[in-house]
Amino acid sequence: MSTLAERAVARTPRRLALRFGGMSDRAIAWLFITPSVLLLLAVNIFPLLWTIQLSFTNYRANRPNAVLRYVGLDNYRDILTDPEVWQAMQATAHFVLWSIALELILGFGLALLINRGFRGHSFWTTIILLPMMLSPAVVGNFWTFLLQPQIGLFNSGIALVTGVDPSSFQMIGDVRLAPWSIIMVDTWMWTPYVMLICLAGLRSIPDYIYEAAEVDRASPLRQFWSITLPMVMPFVMLAILFRAIENFKMFDMVNLLTSGGPGSTTEVASITLKREAFEKWRTGYSSALAIILFVTVFGAANIYVKALNRVKQR
Amino acid sequence: MSTPITAHSVAEPSSRSKLIASFLVVTYAVITILPLLWIFLTGFKTPPDSIAYPPKVLFEPSVEGYVNLFTTRSRQTPEFLATLPPPQTWYERLVRSRNMVIGGPSKVVPRFVNSMVIGFGSTFLAVCFGTIAAYAFSRFRVPLADDLLFFILSTRMMPPIAVAIPIYLMFRHLGLTDTKLGMILLYTAVNVSLAVWLLKGFMDEIPREYEEAAMVDGYTRLQAFFKVVLPQATTGIAATAIFCLIFAWNEYAFAVLLTSGDAQTMPPFIPFIIGEGGQDWPAVAAATTIFFIPILCFTILLRRHLLRGITFGAVRK
Repeated sequence: MSTLAERAVARTPRRLALRFGGMSDRAIAWLFITPSVLLLLAVNIFPLLWTIQLSFTNYRANRPNAVLRYVGLDNYRDILTDPEVWQAMQATAHFVLWSIALELILGFGLALLINRGFRGHSFWTTIILLPMMLSPAVVGNFWTFLLQPQIGLFNSGIALVTGVDPSSFQMIGDVRLAPWSIIMVDTWMWTPYVMLICLAGLRSIPDYIYEAAEVDRASPLRQFWSITLPMVMPFVMLAILFRAIENFKMFDMVNLLTSGGPGSTTEVASITLKREAFEKWRTGYSSALAIILFVTVFGAANIYVKALNRVKQR
Repeated sequence: MSTPITAHSVAEPSSRSKLIASFLVVTYAVITILPLLWIFLTGFKTPPDSIAYPPKVLFEPSVEGYVNLFTTRSRQTPEFLATLPPPQTWYERLVRSRNMVIGGPSKVVPRFVNSMVIGFGSTFLAVCFGTIAAYAFSRFRVPLADDLLFFILSTRMMPPIAVAIPIYLMFRHLGLTDTKLGMILLYTAVNVSLAVWLLKGFMDEIPREYEEAAMVDGYTRLQAFFKVVLPQATTGIAATAIFCLIFAWNEYAFAVLLTSGDAQTMPPFIPFIIGEGGQDWPAVAAATTIFFIPILCFTILLRRHLLRGITFGAVRK
């Protein structure tokens, strides 16, 4: 804290200091932080504690007057031994890993190209950025139209390029293709996100490093491996962190595109959670599932951030 | 790799590589924008044209989708239609030509208004709370500041459905289910974390010397905050507000679980526009277009601050 500010406070007449306007810095700090913290306590932490409590009960939200029974860890045991939950976790992992892999390849590639700084690059960058600003739910909804086997744009586009019959495959209805359709739409939507972060990373590398490498006659490939990649790495890892958290929670886009189907091939964790909580009304059970999911994200994110900080320090 | 070393700096790529780069980027941009363009065009097709096979690229434009979006209609027999007085307006004439009569306005306007009220309400509150909290975190030594900031961020890691379970019960107790007030409070809480993180970054960039000079001149801390810091932070506050607005505008999970009528916003409403027949894609496309236009404008406005917003202020360019 600066001494200048303290001197200014000390110089203020006492009567003035007592007025509302002359509160001490400490009082102002607390006054300013309290509303946000109170709001988050009421809307995030209190519900979280409530969820923990519910997760030990057999409560059902559609029968609020039924006798509440504490079942101990039964809900957790049921979840961890439920093959459907494991299947949902597998579907989630498949979705998260592939979407991030594709977004990284495309996003990083695009960032490298845009970083060349050709004419009009800022206009085209803005065009590329558009999908990520849209509502994932509305995106999921209109892609059901684009992915219709006959009338949809996607199948016709594929037919135009490869010559297959546009009605010979369906992205959403097919058990094998449906998991790829959600990955594809997610990649379409979020590649610009990865690209933007990678671009910031590329632009943070000072030119003189490349100039020094040129003097040392390092090949372009060598420059890429020894300069570009390590210096962009913290940015790439940050992009992975944000995408992984978001896609692990993914609900809206998938719910409207496939709503978990066909069968349960695209039923990611959040969809299972919604079914248990708001369709089967097993509130206690779904609370336990919610806690397990939260602990998973929170734990994984913490470990990852530690690794990220280590990369940053190098 | 034996590239001949040329005179120009490596930081400036050759014109041939620029050409290849621009070609690839433009190709990607065109492919990525096609779906959006297609939705925009579908809004101006007639329902039969929208589901034609093969898909129609050239078509006669029609505003039937927009008319269908804003009205409810019922199908009538030709005999009944013949007994009606002739249509008064161009849209009535259009609907009549499909053997239907207009029953009344559809729910799209109230839903759009809900989106606006909830979006602006929650943005205003989140930015107010966020600005003062960010100032405190930026300027004062707050005990456990890092822990508090991390706590504020961690509230974003919960899957929305997980939060929705207890919120649903809480709203039911408090009578907030399907009310705009409930949604405003909920979105404010979600947006406050973003607002605090973003605004702390913006506040950190305003030199402390400004307020200190003001305080030496006799301003109190609060006066200095209102008269010196806030005007300096206007750009940051505006950018933050737009990000909060976009979140509230786009949000679906809470909206679909906690609202059903009075407080329903656009995202859960749009999928229902398709209607019982399931074929009214022009109306859906029209709604999607109207819904996307504000976002399009905001994206262009926000270009310079986009990176900061999407990474919670972690990357500042």
